[in-house]
Amino acid sequence: MTETQTTPSTMQVPPPPVVRAALGATVPVAKEAPPITIELRDVSAFYGKKLAVSGVSMSIRAHSVTALIGPSGCGKSTLIRTINRMHEFAPGARVEGSIIVDGVNIYGPGIDPARVRQRIGMVFQKPNPFPTMSIADNVAAGLRFMGIRSKSELRDRVESALKRAALWDEVKNDLKKPGIAISGGQQQRLCIARAIAVEPDIVLMDEPCSALDPIATLKIEDLMRELARDYTIVTVTHNMQQAARVSDQTAFMLMDPGDLAGHLVEYGPTSDIFTNPKDSRTEDYISGRFG
Amino acid sequence: MTTRDLSRPRRPSSLQNRLQLGDWTFRTLTGLAGLVAMAVIVGAFYELGSQAWPAIKHGGISVLWDTSWNPGRQEFGVGVFVIGTLITSMFALVAATIIAVLVSLFLVEVAPGYISRPVSYLIELLAAIPSVVYGLWGIFVMGVFVRDHFGPVVVSTFGWIPIFDGTPLITGLFSACVILTVMILPTVMAVSRDVIAAVPRSQREGLMALGATRWEMIRLTVLPYARSGVMGAAILGLARAVGETLAVTLVIGNSVRIPDNIFSPAYTMASVIANQFPEATGLHQSALIEVALILLAITFIINIVARLLVWKVTGGHRAVVQE
Amino acid sequence: MTSPGNSAILQQTAALYRRRRLVDRLMTGVMVVAVIVAVVPLFFILFYLLKEGIPGLSLDLFTQEPNRPGKEGGGVHNALVGSGIMVGLALLIGVPIAVGTGIFLSEYGQNRAGSFIRFFIEVMAGIPSITIGLFVYSLIVANQSGLLPVMGHFTAFAGALALAILLVPIVARITEEMLLLVPRSLREASYALGAPRWRTVLRIVLPTALPGIITGIMLGLSRIAGEAAALLFTALGNQFFSTDINAPMDSIPRRIYVYALGPYDYWHEQAWAMSLILVATILIISLVVRALFGSRVTVRS
Ligand SMILES: Nc1ncnc2c1ncn2[C@@H]1O[C@H](COP(=O)(O)OP(=O)(O)O)[C@@H](O)[C@H]1O
Ligand SMILES: [Mg+2]
Repeated sequence: MTETQTTPSTMQVPPPPVVRAALGATVPVAKEAPPITIELRDVSAFYGKKLAVSGVSMSIRAHSVTALIGPSGCGKSTLIRTINRMHEFAPGARVEGSIIVDGVNIYGPGIDPARVRQRIGMVFQKPNPFPTMSIADNVAAGLRFMGIRSKSELRDRVESALKRAALWDEVKNDLKKPGIAISGGQQQRLCIARAIAVEPDIVLMDEPCSALDPIATLKIEDLMRELARDYTIVTVTHNMQQAARVSDQTAFMLMDPGDLAGHLVEYGPTSDIFTNPKDSRTEDYISGRFG
Repeated sequence: MTTRDLSRPRRPSSLQNRLQLGDWTFRTLTGLAGLVAMAVIVGAFYELGSQAWPAIKHGGISVLWDTSWNPGRQEFGVGVFVIGTLITSMFALVAATIIAVLVSLFLVEVAPGYISRPVSYLIELLAAIPSVVYGLWGIFVMGVFVRDHFGPVVVSTFGWIPIFDGTPLITGLFSACVILTVMILPTVMAVSRDVIAAVPRSQREGLMALGATRWEMIRLTVLPYARSGVMGAAILGLARAVGETLAVTLVIGNSVRIPDNIFSPAYTMASVIANQFPEATGLHQSALIEVALILLAITFIINIVARLLVWKVTGGHRAVVQE
Repeated sequence: MTSPGNSAILQQTAALYRRRRLVDRLMTGVMVVAVIVAVVPLFFILFYLLKEGIPGLSLDLFTQEPNRPGKEGGGVHNALVGSGIMVGLALLIGVPIAVGTGIFLSEYGQNRAGSFIRFFIEVMAGIPSITIGLFVYSLIVANQSGLLPVMGHFTAFAGALALAILLVPIVARITEEMLLLVPRSLREASYALGAPRWRTVLRIVLPTALPGIITGIMLGLSRIAGEAAALLFTALGNQFFSTDINAPMDSIPRRIYVYALGPYDYWHEQAWAMSLILVATILIISLVVRALFGSRVTVRS
């Protein structure tokens, strides 16, 4: 497609079957095919009349972690939510432009948002496990939409998702407990397990660590790196150290004082953005933060 | 200098006392006004209890399930009225709750604001129509429709099932059930809409992000989350249905016998009071006051249960309060 | 959308997905049907109120007293006046108590005592009006002690008292809510001037919340204006014109009830006309309140 294919890749190759088995994946999924990229073409997002994100175009690389950074209110959440069509929940919300996932415009005619979301999972800022469901049922919630009924298959997939979310050992004896009966960090990993249980292609994370303590944060960061072997991950973060630690690519957004909407200022490999920003605003922001 | 300084503290303190006296008086007066509510409830139990005492002594506790009500023979079993109240209010409870929940889901989850606001308002208007107007409409419009159109169709189609095998009249159990359903609908809907709207957005988004359809999201997260609040709403509706008087009195047919089909004339506790009290004397009157006492006790208990449920959901604050 | 990655799963679930979407649409349809079922009775009631009520409207209805039963014509002047008197008296009795309660709950009620009173207000709001009627009957009408001159017989006062009992919880709850809406900064400004709490409440908080409280009173008024069950055994009714609060008094809702049960067609016609007047009055109050104050307050009886 565009520049993404010309830049050297880091970790697109899926782990060999042995590694997958060790990670607990019981359902082998063929990932050898061309990896899935996300291409945003001139994406603008509105809340009613208010323009919140203006004309963002970028190509997001498969099987890597892409971080969206920028000051609060610059439209990071709004932008990430356009990628799985969650944006349209806000009253009067609207998206212009197109987002091509795996060759298909998800805003094209005849595309059902529910279907898009089955392929593009999301983890939210505040852990939101379903309190009325057990831990196991939380993870199985999305699997049921795929028509998986068999108890043993559900159990296997739940176990595998929890293992990949590095939560299995901590909850394997409490699977029947309500999803909110665990710590905040565990809840967030439960939400990650819930998102990856359906084997999505892409996982979006909107400041997944901002409600967690530093140790839980480190765990989630490790997990993101780990998950990037199998999934394309887009994450919003407020924390630039975090962006530097976990991401391969970084996009810097800023609210334009003119139209008060978020714009994409600079996008590129994380190391470039942090060591050698092209735009002075990026530099100001990063140096201001790193002090 | 020194003596003056020593005397100074007295003035602020007396000033303080005056202020505190004013506040104390104000607080006491408003508090007394607040206690009127308690006085009314305690007073109602006491007054109705003492007036009902002759009947309670006469019939004992068994009147509650005894179905022989015959003032001429001094028999005052209220079982028939209890049955009538149970059937009508249970029907209304179930029907109104189902409709109210579906409507609330539509208003909160489906409809845009410019549809949901007027629709909510229209349904709230149902609460503004007086009971006696419902009764008037119930006999002259709905009752006639039931007798001439709806009833005959039901009997000819489902007549082979005993409870549908009756003679549809203008007044009867079925009309009472329908009227009550319409009357309690706004109560149940107002509360269920609030508790459904109170389901956190993060819960809805969590499910939608998994690729749920809207209905799956409702079934898996909104309904379980709102369940106890909706139960509270239903119970508030039940309290209204149990105590609803004139509309029911006008349409239920007022007959002291155990109904055997949905068109039978019947009686509820409230309607027997409205209907018989004017002619009642002595023990008969006392027995009717006993019925009122039972109603008071039932609504008291129902209200406690409902408040507990609604409080559990809204965290002690009524859902209508917003700041 | 097909992806080599997950296409197997997705293909296998395509049929399932169609079914899920069908169920979703079906349930949305069911919700729409429920909305129609819920709204249709209102239109039917309003339609028949107009259709049956308008023919009965005449000047006589407002100015004449009822004829003896069976004699066509006459009006319900006595019932209109009676309703006005009893509702007015109920407001006189009920509003101070209700507003006092609302003040206590909002200003001093964030504690046990407040929860206690709030609970009784809630229970009071749930007592059936017929039960309230019989309570006042026992308290006043059947009371042979002679403690008050209004005791021992059916009186308009007893009717007004029963209506006041219905009114208090409605107005008290709205008053509390309205007072709680008054910004904290306003109170603090008053305290900063050294005003004691009670003056702050009376001079600053109450006037600020007054439109809301008046709204609550109007909503309570529209609730008791249509109440008949509480009046049946308290104010009874009166064939004749009377303004004596120590004697039985007629009211519109009770007369609708009596005429609806009665055998004469002209009674039925007058009952419809009275219902139309009553509902129109209540709806106008409700619309005015809504126009003045938005949708924050609604009658929840
Ligand atoms: N639901 C909403 N309705 C209206 N405006 C919104 C809504 N959510 C966010 N906004 C506005 O959109 C802009 C971007 O917000 P957001 O995407 O949440 O920023 P970020 O995540 O970068 O902090 C802000 O100006 C915010 O006020
Ligand atoms: Mg954000």
